[in-house]
Amino acid sequence: MYVKLEHIYKNFGGFRASDDVSFSIEKGKLTGLLGPSGSGKTTILRMIAGLEQPDAGDIIIDGVRVNDLPASQRGIGFVFQNYALFRYMTVFDNIAFGLEVQKKDKKFIKERVQELIRLIGLEGMEKRYPHQLSGGQKQRVAFARALAPNPHLLLLDEPFAAIDAKVRKELRSWLRETINKVGITSIFVTHDQDEAIEVADEIIITHQGRVEQKGSPAAIYKNPTTPFAAQFIGQSLILDDYTKLHGFDKTGTYTQAVIRPEFIQLARPGKHLYQNAAEDGIVEDVFFRGNSLEVRVNVKGMRLVAHCSLEEEAFQPDDPVSVLIYRLFLYNHDQVQLVENRMLEDKNPVFI
Amino acid sequence: MKQKLVSSLLIILGAVFIAVMLIVPLCTVLAYALRQGWETFASAIRDPYAIKALRLTLLAAVVTVALNTVFGVFSSWAISKFRFKGRQFLTTLIDIPFAISPVIAGLVFVLVFGRIGWAYSFLQAHHLKVVFAVPGIILATIFVTLPFVSRELIPLMQAQGNEEEEAAALMGAGGFKIYRKITLPHIKWGLLYGIILCTARAMGEFGAVSVVSGHLRGKTNTLPLHIEILFNEFHLTAAFAVSSILVVIAIMILILRNIVEYKGKKAGSEDVR
Ligand SMILES: Nc1ncnc2c1ncn2[C@@H]1O[C@H](COP(=O)(O)OP(=O)(O)OP(=O)(O)O)[C@@H](O)[C@H]1O
Ligand SMILES: [Mg+2]
Repeated sequence: MYVKLEHIYKNFGGFRASDDVSFSIEKGKLTGLLGPSGSGKTTILRMIAGLEQPDAGDIIIDGVRVNDLPASQRGIGFVFQNYALFRYMTVFDNIAFGLEVQKKDKKFIKERVQELIRLIGLEGMEKRYPHQLSGGQKQRVAFARALAPNPHLLLLDEPFAAIDAKVRKELRSWLRETINKVGITSIFVTHDQDEAIEVADEIIITHQGRVEQKGSPAAIYKNPTTPFAAQFIGQSLILDDYTKLHGFDKTGTYTQAVIRPEFIQLARPGKHLYQNAAEDGIVEDVFFRGNSLEVRVNVKGMRLVAHCSLEEEAFQPDDPVSVLIYRLFLYNHDQVQLVENRMLEDKNPVFI
Repeated sequence: MKQKLVSSLLIILGAVFIAVMLIVPLCTVLAYALRQGWETFASAIRDPYAIKALRLTLLAAVVTVALNTVFGVFSSWAISKFRFKGRQFLTTLIDIPFAISPVIAGLVFVLVFGRIGWAYSFLQAHHLKVVFAVPGIILATIFVTLPFVSRELIPLMQAQGNEEEEAAALMGAGGFKIYRKITLPHIKWGLLYGIILCTARAMGEFGAVSVVSGHLRGKTNTLPLHIEILFNEFHLTAAFAVSSILVVIAIMILILRNIVEYKGKKAGSEDVR
């Protein structure tokens, strides 16, 4: 394991920003720290970088405990949330700064900076100052500046937060490709799950200063292991009384359930294959979502959200609708379990 | 229409007020100084005591500004870039000289270093003289002008935040390099502005200096004190002539201040864009 955090605690005044944080990251991987605002993502990143000291616990990078190593000697590249470019230096000088500190010779610096400027596609803008750049360009300069001294670990704090949606998508794939090209172990922070799922090899979900779950995007999506992860990932809705739904009985101590649009199939009344497993509902609203329709239906007083293909005849508000629910995540205060609709299983003649 | 009336009324009111309260008195100083012709004016200025007073004023100003600049830079650095216990308290302490009367500041020094002060025997033993001597004047001036530089710098440095410095530190830069390359370019206009204000105040300081100086002609008289003495002795023309030196210096400082402010604003608006 390349980066390892072991039982890290960090308090700010009386506030616990990191609460027994432990995880490890493999060399060469791109890891996403995903969590709601205030869940302690930046704090974790800053402790790894050495900009903040943990109150307890060990940080190990490449087999060496770095707790007592000052930030300047850790050899870590850091991209700040709002870039923190040196505003009185040109693009060239910004990128060259780390190399100048290392007292590299002029010719080398020039070549390396040119190489990085090519990498970020900003040829011809070397002489500009940060205030003469767009958000996306600043982002790229910040990235190049962090890469210039050849760090062995790159940390990025919400690298796309301040960039508009379209450019953000482009930058995401650009970053993914560039990091692969350079082959550097990287950790980035985000509170946007689409971003994490799209970009990261591995996701670490944080919540209230704790690590909730760590795994590949697919695993996190399919098998949330904590109630928070189940609610946080996907377009999840919480149901307080899932036992009202056909095919779902009270199970163990599970009091609530999480449902996602992809767990639901809508059909015209009477058209479902498993008619007896379906619920009757009323369409409340229909929204166009570009590549699909989002339909809000009311089932026994519960409001559910489902997606429909554009190919089918569109539902209208107040249409009666047949709602089939395949599965739910049931949870109590510390466990989650996936349950399938019992009525669907009953159709299956195989009993054990 | 009505709005225009109001605005021109306000402008006229402001202009009249400034004219009556500032410009007329200043012109009077110059006019009065030159009342008995250039010769009297020149001899008042060339008076050896006046020149000694000017020298002392400049000396006190230079030493004060130098020390207060160093102190201001360090204290604002500490206050804006580090979190430590008593930070708020220190910020308040720095403002004390603005809040209390300069006379009290002067008395404090007399009480500490004077004949009745607790440091007196120590100073006596080492043949040092503070009160009624140049060191006392400098100390009093430092006290009174202490907040000017840090007052300018603290908001600037707080607004810049720590991240640029952190970014530089992560790349291995040392404290001095960070200061020179990142902090200084950001604060330089504010620093200059603070220094100018500090200079202006240091040259004009009267109250605190008056208490500690002892008014020894040719020894511990600064220009403002010299003017007071001339005035009290009914040498009105001479008093106004010497005053005009201070007025001219003040005007030069104001012009400098405006240039710095203008340049600083220009640099500032470029950051924002
Ligand atoms: N220097 C500090 N002093 C006091 N409290 C702090 C400090 N830094 C962070 N905190 C607190 O610690 C908690 C976690 O902060 P952190 O910045 O790590 O959150 P985050 O997950 O990065 O949030 P965001 O997505 O909004 O950036 C927050 O509640 C914050 O108020
Ligand atoms: Mg953050």
